[in-house]
Amino acid sequence: MIDTGDTAWMLTATTLVLFMTLPGLALFYAGLVHARNVLSALMQCIAIACGASILWFAVAYSISFADGTAFFGGLGKSFLNGVARDQAYSGTAIPESVFFMFQMTFAIITPALIVGAYVERIKFAAVLLFSALWLLIVYAPVAHWVWGGGWLAERGALDFAGGMVVHVTAGVSAVTIAWMLGGRVGFPDEIRPPHAPWMVMVGASMLWIGWFGFNAGSALASGADAGMAMLVTHLSAATASLTWLVIEWVRYGRPSLVGLVTGTIAGLATVTPASGYIGPIGGVICGLVGGAVCYAAVDLVKKVMKIDDSLDVLAVHGFGGATGTILTAVLAIPAFAGIGLKMTMVEQLGVQVLGVVAVAAWSAIATIVIVRVTQALVGLRVSEEDERAGLDQTAHGETGYNL
Amino acid sequence: MKLVIAIIQPHRLEQVRDALTEIGVHGMTVSDVRGYGRQKGHTEVYRGSEYEVSYLPKNRIDVAVDDSVVDATVEAIANAARSGKIGDGKIFVLDLGSAMRIRTGETDAEAL
Repeated sequence: MIDTGDTAWMLTATTLVLFMTLPGLALFYAGLVHARNVLSALMQCIAIACGASILWFAVAYSISFADGTAFFGGLGKSFLNGVARDQAYSGTAIPESVFFMFQMTFAIITPALIVGAYVERIKFAAVLLFSALWLLIVYAPVAHWVWGGGWLAERGALDFAGGMVVHVTAGVSAVTIAWMLGGRVGFPDEIRPPHAPWMVMVGASMLWIGWFGFNAGSALASGADAGMAMLVTHLSAATASLTWLVIEWVRYGRPSLVGLVTGTIAGLATVTPASGYIGPIGGVICGLVGGAVCYAAVDLVKKVMKIDDSLDVLAVHGFGGATGTILTAVLAIPAFAGIGLKMTMVEQLGVQVLGVVAVAAWSAIATIVIVRVTQALVGLRVSEEDERAGLDQTAHGETGYNL
Repeated sequence: MKLVIAIIQPHRLEQVRDALTEIGVHGMTVSDVRGYGRQKGHTEVYRGSEYEVSYLPKNRIDVAVDDSVVDATVEAIANAARSGKIGDGKIFVLDLGSAMRIRTGETDAEAL
């Protein structure tokens, strides 16, 4: 039975999540790169959105959500085969068309997050091929494991809106492709600073707002769960922003705008898996812990691992998503005003850690294979000369700023 | 005739313009330029990484003046542009061979 109130909210939430990528994430990334690559960052995000949409319709939705094995959904719902117009999605009161669209916006933003790892040096054809294969081989199966009734769902793993499915997959795959691709020319000493911090702030703000659809929409219904998810999401974002601000202020004497909004995204990624299970204080704790962990992770990836995950996808999304997934086992208990667990906290912690490790391992291994295949078929990197000239001109024949 | 070239902090441009107007120097050419001197640029920190910004934005002013007002011009620019901090810029004075106002064909001192 379809509920019009639930459906109205989910139509809205779907729109909000698409807005996260177009143009939120695109602007967030475009502001962080050099002025000669601003269009290429925007282009990569919107092209991935188009490609992922068609693949989602063709087979990826079915791999994620159709009946199948514990590891892989079947192909029974390819091209939405057999899905009736007025059919409610199982366990919800919204039409399957809306569930399909809502989940599609997740399948769009997740490969788009990985753009941050390879910007400013990758071939455009490699972006398209890598993202397509990645959606089918990493995203869709993992979505099935966690949300489509697969093996992690059966074990009771908690991931409300995609700490594992979205942020761990994207973060781990990002650092893997960045490592295989190699750093940008001049990394780490001669990289140019973000060309437009104001654009980064505008993009981050759109992500923040869109995230209400992401997390509160993951209730798949209008009502109390959606309301509390929105509340904890906002508290975590604000807390993590301030956490980042304070760390920078103490460490460098000045708090930066780029730093604050990076904290925002860290807080949002961290609260994502927990958002449907925790209470307000849990949101604040997610923000505090997530902000501090992700800040430390930026230095870990760039300065200790020395990998040019250019826009810090692993540090902000991977570490944030993993931290939140593990925190969920603690913050969901009634003592923190959470909704309670169906097993002991220790058992839940075990399942959460198992989930993070398994999803991270699959993301890394599959990404290595996908990158090799992509390299063999279309090549990975542009020439050094093209990289120095910028991808806007060399890949797209356009200029970002005709001043 | 001399050509006075001043490299100044962009935020001092209006003060320099007012100072020159006050001593009767009307007309200048201003360009946005980038460069560095003793200060050697500066450092910006984004997400924990330090970035060297070697070329800082400056304004370059070109003013052509008669020999009689060169000293006053240089002094006016220097006083208006000076904050006392590193990065205030420099003033160069060059000999000027000739000048012409294109519209009327007037030359040299009459063209200034």
